Amino acid sequence: MEEDEAAREAEVRERHEAYWRENVRLLITLMSIWFICSFGAGILFRRFLDQFMIGGYPLGFWFAQQGSIYIFIGLIFFYVWKMRRIERKYDLDD
Amino acid sequence: MATQTLIYLFVGLSFALYIGIALWSRAGSTSDFYVAGGGVNPVVNGMATAADWMSAASFISMAGLIAFLGYDGSVYLMGWTGGYVMLALLLAPYLRKFGQFTVPDFIGTRYYSKAARVVAVICLIFISFTYIAGQMRGVGIVFSRFLDVQITLGIVIGMGIVFIYAVLGGMKGITYTQVAQYCVLIFAYMVPAFFISFLITGNPVPQLGLGSQVNDGSGLYVLQKLDLVLQDLGFAAYTDGSKSIIDVFCITLALMVGTAGLPHVIVRFFTVPKASDARKSAGWALVFIALLYTTAPAVGAFARLNFVETVDGTPYDEAPEWFTNWERNDLIAFQDKNADGVMQLSAGTAFTGAPEYSEDTGPSGERLVTNAPDPASANEVYVDQDIMVLANPEIAKLPGWVIALVAAGGLAAALSTAAGLLLVISSSVSHDLLKSTFRPNISEKGELLAARLAATAAIVVAGYLGIYPPGWVAQVVAFAFGLAAASLFPAIFLGIFSKRMNKEGAIAGMVSGLLFTFAYIAYFKLANPAANIEANWLFGISPEGIGVVGMVINFAVAVAVAKLTTAPPAHVRKLVDSIRVPRGAGEARGH
Repeated sequence: MEEDEAAREAEVRERHEAYWRENVRLLITLMSIWFICSFGAGILFRRFLDQFMIGGYPLGFWFAQQGSIYIFIGLIFFYVWKMRRIERKYDLDD
Repeated sequence: MATQTLIYLFVGLSFALYIGIALWSRAGSTSDFYVAGGGVNPVVNGMATAADWMSAASFISMAGLIAFLGYDGSVYLMGWTGGYVMLALLLAPYLRKFGQFTVPDFIGTRYYSKAARVVAVICLIFISFTYIAGQMRGVGIVFSRFLDVQITLGIVIGMGIVFIYAVLGGMKGITYTQVAQYCVLIFAYMVPAFFISFLITGNPVPQLGLGSQVNDGSGLYVLQKLDLVLQDLGFAAYTDGSKSIIDVFCITLALMVGTAGLPHVIVRFFTVPKASDARKSAGWALVFIALLYTTAPAVGAFARLNFVETVDGTPYDEAPEWFTNWERNDLIAFQDKNADGVMQLSAGTAFTGAPEYSEDTGPSGERLVTNAPDPASANEVYVDQDIMVLANPEIAKLPGWVIALVAAGGLAAALSTAAGLLLVISSSVSHDLLKSTFRPNISEKGELLAARLAATAAIVVAGYLGIYPPGWVAQVVAFAFGLAAASLFPAIFLGIFSKRMNKEGAIAGMVSGLLFTFAYIAYFKLANPAANIEANWLFGISPEGIGVVGMVINFAVAVAVAKLTTAPPAHVRKLVDSIRVPRGAGEARGH
């Protein structure tokens, strides 16, 4: 009996840890995109990007005043969707 | 109907609506009062968050700020939206799973320490009060400009309205009022924006209009034309900035992290039913915010273009009606330096400081100012940046009801933010100081009464600060973000993502981050404003962006101190394990 319980507990802990690792990996990916499109495209590389145009917007300027905001929204909803799947996979959804 | 009557009608109706909602959604328990019972739909909460977030400054000042900063204005656009990604991904779902009422609740429990809780309360109160004084002032200004009411009376009316729904309804009342306020403010913002975009580009959608050609037959894009026109007058090109890259980088980051660390924003995510709802809700909040934030740069650019084109080279006696209207309201001044009766625009300021009008009028009929002219610049026109939004309906020749709408919208933006701030102040007093620290035996009823009394006291203090704004408020209000970034954010983030972080580390980190940031800002903004130039800044970072350095110091000190002291006890490590998984959130509860 006790062994069963210990085994179950170990299994739960294993599952939680695997879930957390997967979450952190996803967070690192998404936060990298967050950084690249705002601080990268909108600030650090905007002079380079400004030579391209999107409609009447210089590209770097567009990222800084429009594009990064749209991408932020996309990132959050992607995370919502992806986490839902990960939580189901590990049977940890709420 | 006369515009003035319409303004009274619209403002009166919107106030009646807020009070009606307040009566309908009275708070019956502390859980209702602090977190609206934890049962708010995530989309509704997103909308309330957007209203909570968008203050008088977002509504009235931001487009004007961008209009005059050009590319540099991007720091506000990215900074005040990017923080929601951090909230949704790094903080909100875990704090919701934790499931208590306030931000100091989390810090006090996670760091098993009353001292940590009290430090968090101090950070919170300091941040919230600097922020709220600006909101009350905003209420007063809208009243005085649109309703011809004294600023003081306007603030008192605003206090009365907030009192009714914040004190009666608590978070529950505030949430549903904020939803109504969001609808009012976004409608009021978008209508003139559609018109002015259509007027200038032929495309009514401002986000697309800003990327379109000007419909004057020149074939130039809006931004190209704006660059040309401004450079002709000696300004920097609109799409170029004048701030250094490192400063833009740091200000943006400080605003983002600060947004994620602002208590009145975080606490909104305690009101949804589940941890996964907190993520969803942050997404919706950003959708609702983005509607205004992607419109603002368009409004700013159109208004700047329109302003330069109509004013520069125009004789004063042929100035458009809105020009003289807003001159009467102290927001515009014409100082005819070369005495030719024609208004000339140029880079630089017409004179230093805000205009001080004398009773006399000049030869062309302009109101004279007593300020000494700035000899370094040929610029003759002073313009307050707020005008870009306030005068928009008149510039676009829109009917009176649109002007009335803008008045109601500005009030909605200021009141909704003020109420959200009042709530976190009152709950940190009644819940964190009283219930959790000094009077643990207080009954639920007693705590609810204390919360209401604290809210009342906070309203009075906020109103006082709005009526008699101490000089430092205007100077430091923008720095609430830097302080939040340097104090609360790292403590919360480490509390979730590091099991090793202990109370010694967290407290040392918060205190050092806060002190460093505060000292840097106080030195350059209060003690020695003359030294506030780029050459004196640490790494070339302005006081606006210094919160980033404060945050790095916080993280470094926290990690180092935690390494040298004992690991947190087992029950805290278990707590961290439990907040990391969404299952079993349950409703928000006291402890």
